[in-house]
Amino acid sequence: MTGMLDMDISSMTHVIVPALATTALPALPMAGINWHSVLFLLFAGLACGFAVGVVAADNVVRMALYLVFSLGATAGLFFLAGAEFLGAMQLMIYVGGTLVLLVFGVMLTAQAPFVSIKPSSSDRTLAAVAGASLLALLLTAAFSVDAWMAPGAGVVPAPTATPLGMALVGVRVDTPPSGSPSGGHVGYMLPFEIVSVHLLVVLVGAAYLARAKRRRTPRAIDAVASAMPVEPTVVATAAVTAPGRTTGGAKSALVGGGR
Amino acid sequence: MADFLIGLGLPGWLAWSIAALVAAVLLHNVIAGGALVFIWAERKIAARIQDRLGPTRTGGRFGWLQSLADGIKLLAKEDLMPEGADGLLFRLAPYVSFCASFCAFIALPFAFDVVGQRLNVGVFFVVAVLGLEVFGVILAGYASASKWSLFGAMREAAQVVSYEVPLGMCVVVPVMLAGTMDLVTIAEKQSGWMSNWYLFHDPFTFVIFWVYVTCAVASVNRAPFDLAEAESELVAGFHTEYSGLRWSFFFMAEYGSMFLVSALAAVLFLGGWNGPVPVAQLVGLSEGTGDSAAYFVRLLGLANLIGKATFGVLLMMWVRWTLPRLRIDQVMTTCLKYCTPIAAVMFAGAMFWQLFLPGGLLPGWSRPAGEIREGWLEGPGGLPATSAPAVRSAGVAAAEPSDSSGLATRSPR
Amino acid sequence: MMNLSVAASILPPGLPLPVNFGMIPLFAANPFTEPVGVIHYLIVGAVLFTAGIACMTLKRNALGILMGIELVLNGANINFVAFSSSYLRAEGAPTLGLDGQVVALFVILLAAAEAAVALAITLNFYNNHATVDVDRADDLKG
Repeated sequence: MTGMLDMDISSMTHVIVPALATTALPALPMAGINWHSVLFLLFAGLACGFAVGVVAADNVVRMALYLVFSLGATAGLFFLAGAEFLGAMQLMIYVGGTLVLLVFGVMLTAQAPFVSIKPSSSDRTLAAVAGASLLALLLTAAFSVDAWMAPGAGVVPAPTATPLGMALVGVRVDTPPSGSPSGGHVGYMLPFEIVSVHLLVVLVGAAYLARAKRRRTPRAIDAVASAMPVEPTVVATAAVTAPGRTTGGAKSALVGGGR
Repeated sequence: MADFLIGLGLPGWLAWSIAALVAAVLLHNVIAGGALVFIWAERKIAARIQDRLGPTRTGGRFGWLQSLADGIKLLAKEDLMPEGADGLLFRLAPYVSFCASFCAFIALPFAFDVVGQRLNVGVFFVVAVLGLEVFGVILAGYASASKWSLFGAMREAAQVVSYEVPLGMCVVVPVMLAGTMDLVTIAEKQSGWMSNWYLFHDPFTFVIFWVYVTCAVASVNRAPFDLAEAESELVAGFHTEYSGLRWSFFFMAEYGSMFLVSALAAVLFLGGWNGPVPVAQLVGLSEGTGDSAAYFVRLLGLANLIGKATFGVLLMMWVRWTLPRLRIDQVMTTCLKYCTPIAAVMFAGAMFWQLFLPGGLLPGWSRPAGEIREGWLEGPGGLPATSAPAVRSAGVAAAEPSDSSGLATRSPR
Repeated sequence: MMNLSVAASILPPGLPLPVNFGMIPLFAANPFTEPVGVIHYLIVGAVLFTAGIACMTLKRNALGILMGIELVLNGANINFVAFSSSYLRAEGAPTLGLDGQVVALFVILLAAAEAAVALAITLNFYNNHATVDVDRADDLKG
């Protein structure tokens, strides 16, 4: 039983994500369906569809959700291209970190009047025309180079996590790409350090900007909230508005009683 | 199994699909079946800790059918949706949670080679996908049109984003010791006696294991960090408005994540599928002895890993029914003022230990961790389990360019 | 590297014909059996980029604009990854190698930083003006 289990799971690798298999892909029978292409179409369709969904949606929470799906599918595309580390990073930093932050911001500001701010229909038309022409321009540029049209050779790349890490500390251990000028080998120590310091500065800056200020005058949002009747069915108003009125107890529940 | 099916005359694509389906169903059963067992165990443990009996009647002795009965009850419940709810998001949220919890199992090895997809970046993949579970909770909180749900979701978002920082730092330490992010290789390097486990590698890893436990409990929202559901203040938190099967999806996701972080702890710190005593090696069994021996060894490894993971889950239950719930500011303090600095110091300590004392304090008692067996050193042909030569001693490998290994390296500018 | 210079060289002296006859076999072929090439990734990147630009221009919610920026950055990342992948490039064609992935990694990191700062600004704006509509951020208008 265990033997069969083990065989199933190890053979499953080629079915699930062929590009990730460390060995060359087996030539599958059945009219030569290329599972890599099928998975690519799946992920590409998801990424493009949800990206269009972000533009088309008016509700900001749904926009955030579609963005999550779109970027998650992009991570799948990275995996399919053999950039495993990048795919995992995309999931971890982008989807798991940045977008959670973004959704958090959406929740904080998702008051009833702001959940969906509709653009005017003339703006919509203009955006559609401009977008279509930009897309046409980009696609024309993409299709204009014959070398890019060739189907991929399907060379499964070696795992890139370790060479990436080494490159970030300034040592290159990967084989240089053929035909690249100057051997294509520079370390990334300095950019790495700059980005680290940049992140630290951003951390401090964001904390400073978003800190709870001690105010002499009430916040504008409080004034609006006290003028606005709070409907019991509208949830989203509960988060920030009206700390002194209907949701007073709940507000203190959010920030904790110990402050 | 795919080869076996092809031998029966099935077309190849069908055989591959069936093989994949079987594996997927097996993984699914780990979550669903595991949830059944763990829910029963949680009831019994809670009862014992509170000096009660817990379920005693359903299914004869010990009430062992209790969770199945609960499941049937949940199936029969009406699926309610609040009036002001955002229908699409409300219906979608439980599945987002469950899928995230389930997807992370793809890269989790259960024994040597018993892994859905062996990933070169397995550790990061598991942690990253596990972090996506929070989206389901946030969506549920927003879409429920309930204040309690929204508060629960906001707390969860803040908590999970914060705790990913120390969790990531804890996870990086075994990665540094092993020199790879491949979960299979990390566990394989801890084979042998118990002293080879990374838990006992040096004092810093011993401390950081407990930091990992804290952060893992927090990241799966178990008490004392279950601020998102906090039934004494928020009714039931983010799943206040859920009922029936959708609610049980959240529950399964929670138990799946608990099992997952416990199994990850087992792989990273507790030797993975290697038991405390290398029974199979002492008897003389190894992967090369023969097919049946290899299967037996893997069965043993499977039992080992599941046993360790179950122990981790039971530990979480013990903690849950022992400690009181923290306030949200205490949760944040624990994360930012204690866990993160401790993890950072322990990370640096483990690094220096590995640099200066790679053989441990008692040479010969524990072997040096992490002979480098890297994908880029051996080429893409896969990582053999034990036959790879130690190219150079570890630890320093990541810090300095090596000339001895004959790699084409260049200094930075 | 070479590809980038090629891309640069096609832009200035007038665009090529909109219909390139090389693209016809791409769509004529069965998408399920053809191996994927760079061009497929470029199309996805172009769609994401365009959607992002449209989102940035169309949305009046500050957070919507932020989401557009994320989409644009991801469209660019897809191109970097495509050009660095030996799986997607044709036999013998040069790739960006590791450099493409490193650049994409930096883009992800900087996007995280940018999102944090932009969110802090948005929340501040929201606190002071009680709205996230960027059209109403006209205090400095002369």
